[in-house]
Amino acid sequence: MRNWLPVLLLIALLCGLCAAMPVLEPLFRGLQPDKARVIYQRESLFFLLGHHLMLVAVSAAVATLVAVAAGIFATRPSGRDFLPLVSQVASIGQTFPPVAVLALAVPVLGFGEAPILFALMLYGLLPILRNTLAGLEGLDPTVREAALGMGMSPWQVLCQVELPLAGRVILAGIRTSVTINIATAAIGSTIGARTLGDPVIAGLVNGNTAYVLQGAILIGLLALAADSLFEALERAWGAGVAIANK
Amino acid sequence: MIELKNVTRRFGDTVAVDGIDLAIETGEVCVLVGSSGCGKSTTLRMINRLLPHSSGEIRVDGKDITTLNPERLRLNMGYVIQGTGLFPHWTVARNIALVPRLLKWPQARVDARVRELMTLLDLDPDTYANKYPAQLSGGQAQRVGVARALAADPNILLMDEPFGALDAITRENLQLEMLRIQRQVRKTTVFVTHDIDEALKLATRIAVMDQGRIVQHDTPENILRHPASEFVENLVGKQDRGLKLMSLRPVRELMTAHARPRPATPGADALGEDDSLREALSVMLCRNLTQLPVCNGRGEETGVIARERIIRDGV
Ligand SMILES: Nc1ncnc2c1ncn2[C@@H]1O[C@H](COP(=O)(O)OP(=O)(O)OP(=O)(O)O)[C@@H](O)[C@H]1O
Ligand SMILES: [Mg+2]
Repeated sequence: MRNWLPVLLLIALLCGLCAAMPVLEPLFRGLQPDKARVIYQRESLFFLLGHHLMLVAVSAAVATLVAVAAGIFATRPSGRDFLPLVSQVASIGQTFPPVAVLALAVPVLGFGEAPILFALMLYGLLPILRNTLAGLEGLDPTVREAALGMGMSPWQVLCQVELPLAGRVILAGIRTSVTINIATAAIGSTIGARTLGDPVIAGLVNGNTAYVLQGAILIGLLALAADSLFEALERAWGAGVAIANK
Repeated sequence: MIELKNVTRRFGDTVAVDGIDLAIETGEVCVLVGSSGCGKSTTLRMINRLLPHSSGEIRVDGKDITTLNPERLRLNMGYVIQGTGLFPHWTVARNIALVPRLLKWPQARVDARVRELMTLLDLDPDTYANKYPAQLSGGQAQRVGVARALAADPNILLMDEPFGALDAITRENLQLEMLRIQRQVRKTTVFVTHDIDEALKLATRIAVMDQGRIVQHDTPENILRHPASEFVENLVGKQDRGLKLMSLRPVRELMTAHARPRPATPGADALGEDDSLREALSVMLCRNLTQLPVCNGRGEETGVIARERIIRDGV
């Protein structure tokens, strides 16, 4: 339970801020005295938060499925030939800036959610793929040999031995992916997706620092909440593995 | 019964196993010895199909193994791997229960079997059943590895240096346990080691391997008495073959038995009937004695053994 306390606190703070941003008006007024409005009210912050989360969750789910499947495939005897290629893609792709992906996707997919979803998936895939490969390749080969040698089928070895043992590393990859994508998703506001980046962009366009700050705080809190959620998940992942890794 | 006929295994250009012929009778302990890299583990892995053989034929109980389902084949072959290969995320009990669970035994039977095996291998179930492999010592982990291989009572045991990397005392204990278990539950066993003393102690027959070939396949006694080549002679130790021969024979064979067992003299040095002639001679030389009493398992003195006799007839 102690593991989950920070997560709950951060989520409570996030929701609290979304609901009660107007209460902080005096604070933001001090920051930006020259503007008539200092609290972003064009759209409900809950709506933006929900949308932002949806974009990240959908892209993370797809990226996880694809990356884990590709990682598993590349480490099977039948897919071994692709392993160098897959691991190169995983490491090179990471050096590609997300804005560039967006710029390339817009002409093809148009404005709105589609290009940002595409960019998030592509970008979120890489850390997961890299960690899936590292996790599966890093297993003690004697464990795999024993598992097969004792008569487990390749499928049983994968589900009962390899994935549980590599799970923490894969989970760490998903954590990196999600945290990065919570920040990256905000860029979606520049091409018409509704996200917590909206107040930031509006603030930048109108020279309203208070708006920028409100968006940034919420995005930061969301990233922190997600990060601590994954930290708690990693801790909860099998006491045995934790002991084995000591 | 396991038969290898002209079996070869290549890795690219290197020939790891080079046309070997080997027949292992049911209930026999066949020990593969040889220096590092001579193809022992490769031979073992071909028998359970972890590695396919490049050419030749392997039969288990008359059936060509390439015609059998690999998982089915392996479920009937306990496998103790070089370096334990225990699952780090499973408890000791769950590790041992692996094969019974794959075979879908009822839970109660699995639990009973796990306790039975842990007791057999001298691991207290109450203390160790719920520990994780990382919490065990090297010797305990190797015992768990042996227990896991024995769990579903397979007909065949493949053991790849199961007692490697252990101190001499633990190793000796495990060897004695293995001999005891083997007397209770005769299994067709292929045992890999590079320790010739271990081979002499455990083997029904020894197969000496060198660079992928079997250079001699015979009983420990014949290997010692008639080494087939210079290589085998060096392996068994040119100088102390006599002592090694003595270590194959128990004291019982040369002792002068009493008409009926009598109570042992308390405090005196005594040998067990199953101790080797080598140990008997060693004790006598050390204590400067010309004879020693011999006791049976119940602690009664059943005879005496004389130094003269060992020196005259021991080899
Ligand atoms: N997967 C592999 N790929 C390439 N070569 C291999 C492979 N496995 C084994 N070999 C080679 O085959 C030869 C025999 O190896 P093997 O593992 O059978 O030796 P071993 O007798 O068990 O040695 P040790 O006592 O050190 O365990 C060695 O020369 C080794 O380099
Ligand atoms: Mg080996």
